[in-house]
Amino acid sequence: MADMTDGTLPARATSAPKVAFFNDPKTRSLIFQGLALALLVFVIFTAVTNAVTNLRNQNIAGGFGFLEQTAGFGISQTPIAWAESMSYGRAFLIGLLNTLLVAVVGIFFATLLGFVVGVARLSPNWVISKIAYWYVEVIRNLPLLFQILFWYLAVLASMPTPRNSHSLFGLFFANQRGITVPRPIFEAGSGAIGIALVVGIVVAFLVRSWAYKRQAATGEQFPVAASMAGLIIGLPILAYFLSGMPISFDYAQQGRFNLTGGMTLIPEFVALTLALVAYTAAFIGEIVRAGIQAVSYGQTEAGRSLGLAEGRILNLIVVPQALRVIIPPLTSQYLNLAKNSSLAVGIGYPDMVSVGGTILNQTGQAIEIIAMWMGCYLTISIITSIFMNWYNQRIALVER
Amino acid sequence: MTTSFTRSELLQPLPPPASLVGPWGWVRANLLSSPLQALLTVVGAYIAVTLLWTFIDFTVIRAVWTGADRDACLDDKVGRSVGACWPFVWAKFGQFMYGFYPVDERWRVNLTYGVAVALLVPLLIPAVPQKPLNAVLFFGAFPILAFNLLYGGSIINPWLSVIGWLAILGGITLVVGYLMSRVEGPPNLLFLQAGGAAIVVGILLLLLVRTGLLDAPRLPVVETRQWGGLLVTLVVATTGIVAALPIGVALALGRRSKMPIIRLLSVAVIELVRGVPLITVLFFATYMLPLFLERSPDAMVRVLVGVSIFSGAYMAETIRGGLQAIPKGQFEGAMALGLNYPRMMSLIVMPQALKLVIPGIVNAFIGLFKDTTLVSIVAIFDLLGGIRAGFTDPQWASPVTLYTGFAFAGIIYFAFCYFMSRYSIFVENRLNTGRRR
Repeated sequence: MADMTDGTLPARATSAPKVAFFNDPKTRSLIFQGLALALLVFVIFTAVTNAVTNLRNQNIAGGFGFLEQTAGFGISQTPIAWAESMSYGRAFLIGLLNTLLVAVVGIFFATLLGFVVGVARLSPNWVISKIAYWYVEVIRNLPLLFQILFWYLAVLASMPTPRNSHSLFGLFFANQRGITVPRPIFEAGSGAIGIALVVGIVVAFLVRSWAYKRQAATGEQFPVAASMAGLIIGLPILAYFLSGMPISFDYAQQGRFNLTGGMTLIPEFVALTLALVAYTAAFIGEIVRAGIQAVSYGQTEAGRSLGLAEGRILNLIVVPQALRVIIPPLTSQYLNLAKNSSLAVGIGYPDMVSVGGTILNQTGQAIEIIAMWMGCYLTISIITSIFMNWYNQRIALVER
Repeated sequence: MTTSFTRSELLQPLPPPASLVGPWGWVRANLLSSPLQALLTVVGAYIAVTLLWTFIDFTVIRAVWTGADRDACLDDKVGRSVGACWPFVWAKFGQFMYGFYPVDERWRVNLTYGVAVALLVPLLIPAVPQKPLNAVLFFGAFPILAFNLLYGGSIINPWLSVIGWLAILGGITLVVGYLMSRVEGPPNLLFLQAGGAAIVVGILLLLLVRTGLLDAPRLPVVETRQWGGLLVTLVVATTGIVAALPIGVALALGRRSKMPIIRLLSVAVIELVRGVPLITVLFFATYMLPLFLERSPDAMVRVLVGVSIFSGAYMAETIRGGLQAIPKGQFEGAMALGLNYPRMMSLIVMPQALKLVIPGIVNAFIGLFKDTTLVSIVAIFDLLGGIRAGFTDPQWASPVTLYTGFAFAGIIYFAFCYFMSRYSIFVENRLNTGRRR
């Protein structure tokens, strides 16, 4: 009782309790980060020291000077001019272009097929939805390399010899050496058509945004789809005739032993594209199905009670909401497809990894080549992500 | 007032029209609802039946089941159009399953499979008790046992090495704990004594291994060059997933850490590895890793390192998803109880998060199982690589060899992946009990 009366607080509350320095969260976090940094520096230092020693022992000069040297190997598909006397750098560039080519073509067709598969899985038709289900199950449960080899070795190998090519309308030919399609020949003045196409697309989108604004303001509708199609298809056709029909086609001719003319897609490209498209489409199909199922059926019913036609319900109500669910996983499928195109090395399609692997074997410049691969793939990934994120934000739900 | 023509009781409802119920109603609703649907049904059924028939016709009906060499599978010799050439698979079966693993030693592989199944099946069945013990056996002891059996060499030494290193690490931790207790107040001598003892024991164990005294009970060494076929596929996939869990947990925690340097490093590793294809990681492990080390490790070890880093980065994102699904209240509750970070994570958060991501882990395993086919590109012969090598054997060269090999590999891959995906769905449904009505 005497303590209470003198009015002072107990002594221990006045001095701070003794806490060891490592129990202070700030100090502790500094210690851990310092340790992590020290470990990282140690690992890098050891790696670099060893690499310098090993490279010296193997007589390999570091740096990217080797890119100037003559390559001396052939490449089976060359989007830009190539001769064996050209440099390693150009060979790698051709590999990069081939990777981009197969990725872009693959993404385009995989999206188409994927949406078909996804919609088919939701079809009221039992047969169609079962086929789509088993397509997805079988494709997703087989390794991609297995599928690429299957298309390359089993399917294309069962194709006829060039003299007995399968032909479609006499325009497209399929045989062991790939698929031959008509080759477009651009003569002087064909640039006008390209310009017309670009102008058509730009004007079409301007018309669309004008029509939407006017509809929002006045309620008057405008035939947007028809006018857009007219502009995008019509203008180039008009330009084609006005500029004197500068594009012609070189059709393949069935010779006695071989096909002549036309443009041949090499079997490696065909097999790789088919496998990538079939494989990725199965995954995209599941994403599309999940996206559509995520839109509650009440939305469709509400659209019907507003008196909208079925097509407009799909266009205006279901698809925009489903896209929000679909886009993020779709992005990662696109990136997967681009990365999976590296399996081209398994069948010798001259993509970045395949060409780079040849350069690596010839020069031994492992560090540089692998750094170039990783740099290119990371750049592709980042650009795709940025674009898809931008698109995702555009269609995202705008909340207050 | 009542009127005689008004009904006083309800009519029995009429049965639905015959066209809407029963098998015929089902057919009308699901197959023939409109002319377009009817057309789709016919075309779809035609395609499905053709594909299925082609497969069954090839693998069963026209197949050849016995024979000694290619003559059994040639149309001319048999006198009919031949389907799958199964004798080719029988003849190469050992190679497809074990690669060039010596025939006399193959019982070791089978025993490893047996132990793996015996440990894995109880782990996968939710009703079986003793999950923690089971997990420690599978993730801790089984890898050493598998190394013993598959690679060979001394049976005791690997165990002693692992125990020795663990003792040294534990001892160092205890000594650091002692130093920390000195700063805080009266030093805890027990820590120093136990830690010192552990370090000494660990060093002694490692020295014992060095002396070679315990090389005696040993199995013949089978170099990894001789491994192949399904064995390599399973070794790579299992190592990948077992190593991916600790790597993934560490990276996921690092990514959610409040320490900027740790977070930055984790994000860098995760995004770098996820941004590039597996094949470049394998090339990195095969060609670049030897440059960074003093001695070049075994080719299989290099591939395993590459696969582990790759699957670890993906696993980190899977586990991060699980961590994000844990409500903040769980963290706060743990902190309010006075748990420190390791205890909060290991006792409260991780058990819940890992349980949530079991389907994700199984899916990662399926992906890894399929991705192991890529090791054949860096000259390690897995199942697919072995089958591809089998095509070149002139003794079995026939027009159907290729298709037979693909059918066999396809059936194996499909069976494994399909079973695992079913299991993943089963676990997912179990976890979704809250949503079940």
